[in-house]
Amino acid sequence: MTLTQQIITIAMVVLGTLLTRFLPFLVFPPGKETPGYIRYLGKVLPAAVFGMLVIYSLKDVNVLAGSHGIPELLAVLLVIVLHKWKRQMLLSIAGGTVFYMLLVQLVF
Amino acid sequence: MKDQKRETKGGKLKRAFLCAFPFTIPIFAGFWFLGLTYGIYMNVSGFSFWYPMVMSMTVFAGSVEFVAVSMLLGSFNPIQALVMTIMVNARHLFYGISMLDRFRGVGKKKLYLIFGMCDETFSINYTAKIPEDVDRGWFMFFVTLLNHIYWVFGATLGGIFGSFIQFDTEGLEFVMTAMFVVIFLEQWLKEQNHISSLAGLGLSLLCLAVFGSENFIIPAMLLILAALTLLRPRLEDGKGEKL
Repeated sequence: MTLTQQIITIAMVVLGTLLTRFLPFLVFPPGKETPGYIRYLGKVLPAAVFGMLVIYSLKDVNVLAGSHGIPELLAVLLVIVLHKWKRQMLLSIAGGTVFYMLLVQLVF
Repeated sequence: MKDQKRETKGGKLKRAFLCAFPFTIPIFAGFWFLGLTYGIYMNVSGFSFWYPMVMSMTVFAGSVEFVAVSMLLGSFNPIQALVMTIMVNARHLFYGISMLDRFRGVGKKKLYLIFGMCDETFSINYTAKIPEDVDRGWFMFFVTLLNHIYWVFGATLGGIFGSFIQFDTEGLEFVMTAMFVVIFLEQWLKEQNHISSLAGLGLSLLCLAVFGSENFIIPAMLLILAALTLLRPRLEDGKGEKL
């Protein structure tokens, strides 16, 4: 690829990303009444999206081989327990991550 | 309100910054690491550090930047690059729909807030309980800006030092999973019924099992949309969230 072709390719990636981020705001501008269905989605979607992001961040875990996803499962459980107990975002995240690192470096 | 009017702009910005920063600490840990990985990947693929630096600045969407490396190594096909990017990033459409109201009335910053709405920024800006005396718009602006800086910083360093960097940080990438789990939990503890949360988790898992890690996001999004549409009579009127 020439430099110009590379620049065009990168510009396409930028454009595609911008489209996915700006489209809802362009279709439903603040001046116009947003349809009830979209407002409904805006309220109920985030909960589903957070569930989707949890799965998305674990998508490359292979439960059939290697450590079978056991370190991930244990660390996620620890995050949940820590968070239910103290409800300190940073503590839950740091605790779970350090535990996971110890598991994959020393145990599995 | 009167107090806020008397306050200088500098004071307002400083307070928003100080309030936003702690929320971004997990992202700092995750992004310099992932950014570094991405920069190193570009470096060993034969690109100068300018590439990861410019791309992390202008694209600011982790997964598609990794995909873009193989686009740049393949033959020139701009339409395919565009379509692929839209597919990989389609989930952002959901973020925009969720933020239509929250980005209202924040002024020109809105453009940057939308531009910088990656998974992590969206998750924080949507869930963070912003104190009454902190300016909402500036809070979200600083969350976005800090995350953006961490990402560019990591990607550029990785691009400069490339394979010279020795990894002693196996497992650090879990920090992003831990953050998404915490954000999911926060939402879970806040909501009255868990139908949408469970639908997101369950349908995504189902699609991951059926379609595999490369192709599951679009089917998962469609199924989630279908489920929430069918459940509208049950979930309507804000019953999904405590006020």
